[in-house]
This record gives sequence, C-alpha cells and structure tokens, in this order.
Amino acid sequence: MTTPQHQPFPTLLKPAKPVGIIGYGAYVPRYRLPAKEVARVWTGGKGGLPIKEKAVPGLDEDVATMSIEAARNAMKRAEIDPHELRAVWVGSESHPYAVKPTSTIVAEAIGAVPATQAADWEFACKAGTEALVAAMGFVGSNMAHYAMAIGMDTAQGKPGDALEYTAGAGGAAYILGPAEESLAVINASYSYVTDTPDFWRRPEAKYPEHGMRFTGEPAYFKHITEAATHLMEAMGTTAKDYKWAVFHQPNTKFPQRVASQLGFSMDQIQPGLLVPVIGNTYAGAAMIGLTATLDIAQPGDRILVVSFGSGAGSDAFDILVTDKLSARRDRATKTQEYIARRTEIDYATYVRYRGKLAMK
Amino acid sequence: MEIPRHWRLKQQRYSLVGEVCPHCDNKIFPPRDVCPNCGGEAKELYAFSGKGEVYSYTTIYEAPSGFDTSAPYTVALVKLEEGPMVTAQLTDLDNTPVEIGMPVEMVTRKMRNDGDERGIIVYGYKFRRRT
Repeated sequence: MTTPQHQPFPTLLKPAKPVGIIGYGAYVPRYRLPAKEVARVWTGGKGGLPIKEKAVPGLDEDVATMSIEAARNAMKRAEIDPHELRAVWVGSESHPYAVKPTSTIVAEAIGAVPATQAADWEFACKAGTEALVAAMGFVGSNMAHYAMAIGMDTAQGKPGDALEYTAGAGGAAYILGPAEESLAVINASYSYVTDTPDFWRRPEAKYPEHGMRFTGEPAYFKHITEAATHLMEAMGTTAKDYKWAVFHQPNTKFPQRVASQLGFSMDQIQPGLLVPVIGNTYAGAAMIGLTATLDIAQPGDRILVVSFGSGAGSDAFDILVTDKLSARRDRATKTQEYIARRTEIDYATYVRYRGKLAMK
Repeated sequence: MEIPRHWRLKQQRYSLVGEVCPHCDNKIFPPRDVCPNCGGEAKELYAFSGKGEVYSYTTIYEAPSGFDTSAPYTVALVKLEEGPMVTAQLTDLDNTPVEIGMPVEMVTRKMRNDGDERGIIVYGYKFRRRT
C-alpha cells in the first residue's frame, strides 16, 4: 500500500466580486512585561531571550473589550453605518467565555445588532485570518456589502514555560467591502491545512502544551512556505513583486527565517514585525502586523500576508494598496501609537493582572 | 444574579447611548425619557462622543463587594463634552496623578463578575486619559 501524497489543489480563493479592506483598526494594551523579567524569576536571568517584551492586558481587559476598541478604530476609518455590517466575527483562542459568543458583545457595542451574523472563530493563531477569508466570501458573493473580521488574543503561557516569554496580547479588526470602496484590495488568498499537532490546549487545561522543536519545521515553516509559495505561483509573483510582507510571529527568529526562505528581505518585513515589542499576539499576530504595515504603506504597494495557526494551517493573502488609504489612516489611532503607550510592569504585577494567583 | 438589569442597561453601558431632547436639544445621560431641562418627552437615542474631562475624583482602597479584586481604583465625576456628568472608573492611569480638568475618553472595559467567576461578565464604560 502506498502512502497518499498531499497534493495541494493549486486554485486560489478569489471572490466572484472583487473585495477589499475598507477599514482597519488595531489594539494593544499598555502594560509591558520585559522578557528579562521572566528570565529573572525562572532562570536566574540566564539564557537567550526570544523577544524584548510583551504586551499584557490590564485587570479590566479581555478579548471582548480589546476587540471593541479595535472594531471602533476600524469603524472610524471605514466611516460606514454599523447596521450595514452583516457579519461581526471574532477569532481568538482566549474568548472570555467557553460558551457565549464574544462577537455579540462586540456587535452590540459598535451598534451592528441585530441584523448581522455573529460568531467566534477558533483555529489557534489563525482564527482571525480564517474569519477574514470567510468575510471575503461573504462580501464577494454579494450576500453582504460589509463584513468585519477580528483577530484578538490575550495569550496564555504556563509559568516558567518557553511560551511565557512571548504570550502577548493585542490584535486587529478589518472591515471588508467592495474593492472599489477599499483602501487595499485583496487580490486573492490561499490556505494550506494539515492535521499537525504542534500546539494544543485540552478543554479542562488552563495552559497550552506544545511539541517543543516540533513546532518549527513540520508546523510553522512547512505551512507558511507552502501557503506563500502556492499563492505566489498562482499569482505569477515572486518576493520582489511585494513591497511589504507580514508573517505570523511567535518569536523574532521564525518570521525572519521564513522570510529569508521565501526570498524576502528584512526591510520588507520590518514594519509588520511587532513581536519583539508586543510579543506573540496569537490570532492577532499577522493581522496587527498588517495594520502596522498599512499605517505606513503607499498607494500601489503590494503586501503579502501569511498567518499560521497550530494544528495546523496557514492563510496567505495578496493585497494591493489603493489611493484611498492615505486619507483614511489618520482617522484612528495607529498601531505604533498604541505600542508607544507603554507601562512597564514586574513579574508580580503580571501574575496579578493575568489571574495566576489562587485567591481561594 | 441581576441578568435582566445588566441586559437592559447594555446599550448605555457599552457605548454611552443616551437621549436627545427634541424640544430643547438637551443631551441626556443616563436616558430617562423625560428631559431634565425642559420637562418635555425625550426618547430619541443619542450616542455620546465619549469625550469629557474630570470634574472631580477619589481613589477607592476599600472596595465594595464585586470590585475588591480591582482595588485600588479611581472613580471620577466626568463632565461629558455634550453636557451631562457621569460617574465612572478611570482606567490605565499608569500611577500618574489625576488632575481636575484632565481630558478623558470613554473605553468599554470589564466592570466585574455578576456574583462570582461562574456568573456573567459585566462590561461597561470607564474613562482613560485622552492623549
């Protein structure tokens, strides 16, 4: 018996009606835990650090409140009536409830209820881009004029684990609509998914587990390079055709290495490489990398975005900035402005803010 | 549990939705259907900008039940740009002093659990320093 080969079907996801981003908004909470502070507590300050520091949500923040702020920023840039949104979708692996949607809270807060779809999406770190692909289909099929997709996380890391250095908080919201109204057209997307158990959390567990080095080659690198390569082949492009690129960023090294493997320079990924200063924002990571890139992009710039979600899969997007971007990006707080709002905290404060103390 | 009350108040709490008086254009918060300025009926909804300034404030160290896990925190009287005064927590203060007249903006945050951690999460408006 021969082993069946996984042959990617080389067809792009391309909506019947051209679709684009008509509004986008980021959010990063203001508290920062330096990686050296985690090392001080757990390794006596020894060993390399995967990032400089990570963003930590305040005591009164969660994925719902953070999504609301990002969604409001996206609404400011889109300048549409919230009742025109026919979907509010929130991708996360840290939804505040196990059962009860985050998305209804967000939809209510921005005034999009009641004639809208609302659902929470889960696919580890690509839950947000999965919602983005669905929103492309929703708008591109003419079922909806506008749809919102959010990727947001307050990531969990087991105390002392390698992930505790990087598990950050933040994300972004996108409003998709017809290409002719958009500040950036999504030319096409391509998704590459296999059953690869590199990282998981069982329902009763508070913290996730991971496959150590197994999270690298067969998971992150395989899925991102396959998704990006097939997208670029089908689009007839190479790395040189893109002004900017954003890759999922669990630490500083991985996106730099995968960028090199795909032929991208460090300059091309620089605006969207936020992990050194906010950590891995999981479902928010690729999406907030794109908001930071849109904050500085110029009309005509082409952007490649590739997410990665453990379990595992990648969504790749080919995006072209239009001349509507310049007028809209100043209508809301920019990604780097959120990053600049910074309050450094120590490990003890982090433990309190993240609810790691048993109070009873 | 107070689910019906939280549910009824969600619009005003999540996004500062009040009312505007059709007779004298007075902006009303919280909504009460009768204009406190002219006494006329006022049921038209009005979304406040969320911008205002601190009129006065105090810091709570001995918090009431339900708020004890977030103490100490600062509560302020916030004068909204459109006129009404609201009482709300200030958030993200960063240990810097609060000043009377400080410009603030509304954000939607977690207020508390309804009951214990098994209850619903109550969200509502707070204000942070406007930059």
